[in-house]
This record gives sequence, C-alpha cells and structure tokens, in this order.
Amino acid sequence: MRSNFVLSEIWIGLRRNLTMTVALIVVVAISLSLLGTGLLFVKQVDATRTYWQGQAEVSVYLCYAESANPDCHGAVTTAQTTALEQRLQAMPQVAGVTYVSQAQAWALYKQTFTNDQSYVSTLKESDMPPSLEVKTHNAGTDDSVVVSEMTGATGVDSVIDEMSILAKFYSLLNGLRNAVVIVALILVVAAILLVANTIRLSAFNRRRETGIMRLVGASNFYIQLPFLLEGVIAGLLGWVLAAVLLVGVKSLLLNNLQQYFNYNIGLSAADVVEVIVLAMVIGVALCGITSFLTLRRYLRV
Amino acid sequence: MIEFQNVTKIYPNQNRAALENVDMTINKGEFVFLVGPSGSGKSSFLRLILREERPNEGRILVAGNDLARLTNWKVPALRRKIGCVFQDFRLLPNKTVFENVAFALDVIGKPRRFTRRVVPEVLDLVGLEGKHERMPDELSGGEQQRVAMARAFVNRPMILLADEPTGNIDPATSIGIMKVLDRINRTGTTVVMATHDAAIVDSMRKRVIELEYGKVVRDQNRGVYGQAY
Repeated sequence: MRSNFVLSEIWIGLRRNLTMTVALIVVVAISLSLLGTGLLFVKQVDATRTYWQGQAEVSVYLCYAESANPDCHGAVTTAQTTALEQRLQAMPQVAGVTYVSQAQAWALYKQTFTNDQSYVSTLKESDMPPSLEVKTHNAGTDDSVVVSEMTGATGVDSVIDEMSILAKFYSLLNGLRNAVVIVALILVVAAILLVANTIRLSAFNRRRETGIMRLVGASNFYIQLPFLLEGVIAGLLGWVLAAVLLVGVKSLLLNNLQQYFNYNIGLSAADVVEVIVLAMVIGVALCGITSFLTLRRYLRV
Repeated sequence: MIEFQNVTKIYPNQNRAALENVDMTINKGEFVFLVGPSGSGKSSFLRLILREERPNEGRILVAGNDLARLTNWKVPALRRKIGCVFQDFRLLPNKTVFENVAFALDVIGKPRRFTRRVVPEVLDLVGLEGKHERMPDELSGGEQQRVAMARAFVNRPMILLADEPTGNIDPATSIGIMKVLDRINRTGTTVVMATHDAAIVDSMRKRVIELEYGKVVRDQNRGVYGQAY
C-alpha cells in the first residue's frame, strides 16, 4: 500500500474533472444544508411546542351582563362560578384553576395595551368577561377534555383553548419544514446522480490507467480506492460548505425569527453541531456508497 | 504451465465458436507462436489465459491455477504471474519511460526502493539505456514496444503473452523486438506470441500452433508459418 501514490491519483482525478467536481461539491453543499435546515426546523418546532405545552391554558369565559351568547341569562352567579370551579378541580386532568374577575381582566387588558390607548378607550370594565383559567397536566391531550366538559355548561359563555390557536402556528412551521425537506430530498437525488456521473466520467477519463492496472494484476481495492476517495473528498468539501451555510441559517434566520417571540426557546449551539455532524454522515455515506456502486458497474475485473 | 482441456468458447449472440475443443499443453520455458488468420481465435486464446473471458466448456490451467475455480478476488494474483504486450503498446502518454514501467510496480504496492532498483535493470534488458526520462511520443514505435515489454516483464512474470507485438513495426525493427522476447524467454519465462508475421516465425524456428475457425489445425515443433498465407 503506497499512500502517496493513491493520493496523487486522487489529485489527478479531481483536477482532470474540475468542472464536474465543482458542480458536485456545490450540489452536495446545497442539498446537505437544506436537509440540515429542515432538521433545525424540526428541532425548533419541538422546542417551541414543549415550551408552550408548559404555558398554555384553557380559558373558560363566564357569562356576564353584556354577553352576546343566547345561552347566557344574565351575569353568572357566585354559586354557579363556585360550582364550575369545583367541577373543574374534580377532573383528574386539571392541575389548577384560577378565577379572574372582571376587574382583574380589565387591569390585565389595560396593561397589555398600554401603548395603544385607542383599544383601551373603546372598552370599559363591564365589557370584560370574568374567566376561569385552567391549567392541565398535559396541554396536548388534556385541554380538549376540559373544552368539551365546559362547553355549554351553565354560566359558561365560551371556551378557548390556547393550544388550538398555537396549532395554526405549528402547521405553518410544519409546512415550511416539509417544503424544505422535500426540496432537500430532490437535491439529494440530484447529488446522487451527479456523484455517479462524475465517477463514471473519471473512470472513463482514466480507462487507460485502469486497463493497465487490471492487466498487471492490481487488486480491485487498489484500482477503485482513488475513485472512491475522489467521491468522498468531494462529499466532504460539500459538507464543509454546508456546515458554514447551516451556521448562517441558525444565526441569521432562526435567531431573527426568535426576536418576534419574547420567550427563550432558541436552539443551542449543540443542536446545530448535532445537525452538522448528521449532515456529514449523510454526505459521506451518500458519496461513498454511490461511488462504490458506480465503480462496480464501470470497473469490472 | 498452460493447459487447455477441450476448451470451447462461444461469445454471446454468435453462432460460431471462437474456440472449439482446443486441447493443448504449453510447458514451462517454451516459446510458442500462435498463428492463423484474423478471427481464427488467437486473441480469444490469450484472453482466456488472462481470465478476461471464461470458457463455455472445458478446463484451463494456468501456472497451477484452475481458472474455473479461481474466485474474482484471486484474479489479480494470477495476472501478476502473466505479462502482456500488445500491438498498440498501451503506454501512458503523460508519464515518462521510467514512470510507465514503474507504474506496473506502484499499482501492486511494491515499495519505492524496490522500484528504483528493478526498473533500470529491466530497461537495460530491453535496450533502453539512457532513455528513462523520455516521453512515449518522443520514441519510435520499436522503442515504445520495448517500454511495453519492460513493463510486462518488470515483475518477472512466469508467462509473457504477446498479441501481435510487431504488428505496428517495420521488419528491421521487429528483429530487435524478437531478440528482446528471446532474451526474456531465456530467463525461463514462457512466451506465447500471436502473430501474422511469417518472416519472423520462419526465422525463429520455434513451436507453432495454428488456429483456423477456432480449431487447432497444426501443432508443430520448430515449425514455419505455413504456405497458405
């Protein structure tokens, strides 16, 4: 085994095939970075979902003097409120119930819209419904039980599950992730075809050399190794580019997205590193396996 | 050294056999001419020895290996025992004479020290002293064929196969090529040479095997090329 001989053969192969090699590196880089972006999105969605599942509540709005709901016959009574609260607390899914009076709701409303006095000036305290804020053990599964239990109960105006509002946000993120992954997969297919073609061209360019190698009894391993490594090296270079792009995606796109939410649910550097390492494994395996299979077809004994 | 036992070779999509019931033995150290018109099966004969092709019927033994039983990964070991020379030289145009010969040793993983010692020896043997750094396109046809012979012989094979080595070379230069082949033969290497060159066969007076339509029609010690051609 003469490593510098193999290395010089690889160098000759990459240089002779320069345009194909550059195309290959670029396609591998883009497909890997898109795939990695998809994975980062998955992680982001998971992190966001976990955060919200810890925060989300079910708001049970109670009837008040100005309720539009025909089922409400005047404002809810104290006895009804207590009954509802006890009924909720008896449910195994419920972790805690907080009563928010009209006055408290009005105070919260005013605080939220301090900067928009027009919102505050059009409403008054009596427009605010009193509510029961219900916290469940598992927001994902238990909230719907609370919603069906409370809907239509005496004294209840309407029930709003914060998780169902968030679901829209999730479906947006999921759609974005699916689009990225689909484009990435198409590019992966393109990359595979390009690897196969590059190796085939390289084998064709050096058919004199490989023909002589076969005749003088070089082992298959020795004949194929330079081509195999050529593919793997192109894959590695593509991966390095992809790693740079992924760090860019994280620091420019996802971190900017983060600024719209006042919660600390960003991805850590470890998440990005994990995705980058995964991209390397995929890239090297993709190029190596494709080269190997191509060589089996074009460099027979 | 080479033994064919009732070997038949039919290429796919062809009616006629390239070789039919060929049965013969070539002993160690022999010099054999393989003659016959184009398409008579000479090249198929050589390709079967190299196991580039496999026979449809019969057994082939080369240097103690039964080729039918030889697994794919042992084929390189067989080919290291066989040197090959062709009509079209098959040199690498971007490598010097020395590098062309060294290539054969590099690709089977021989250490560089060994290569540096052995390549000049074999270049001397074929008569290319002082031309180590020339490129193939700076050499005459005869010289290029000498490089090819050096490359075929540098690993000291037991068998040297030559497929019309003088086919692209003028008669005067061919004599030099034959002298090199004879010199290689005298080291104990079995030489099998397929040729159309009647003058060479007649002058060497070696064993002649004549093929026609894939059959052996003549096998003669100290033979001549024959009248028909």
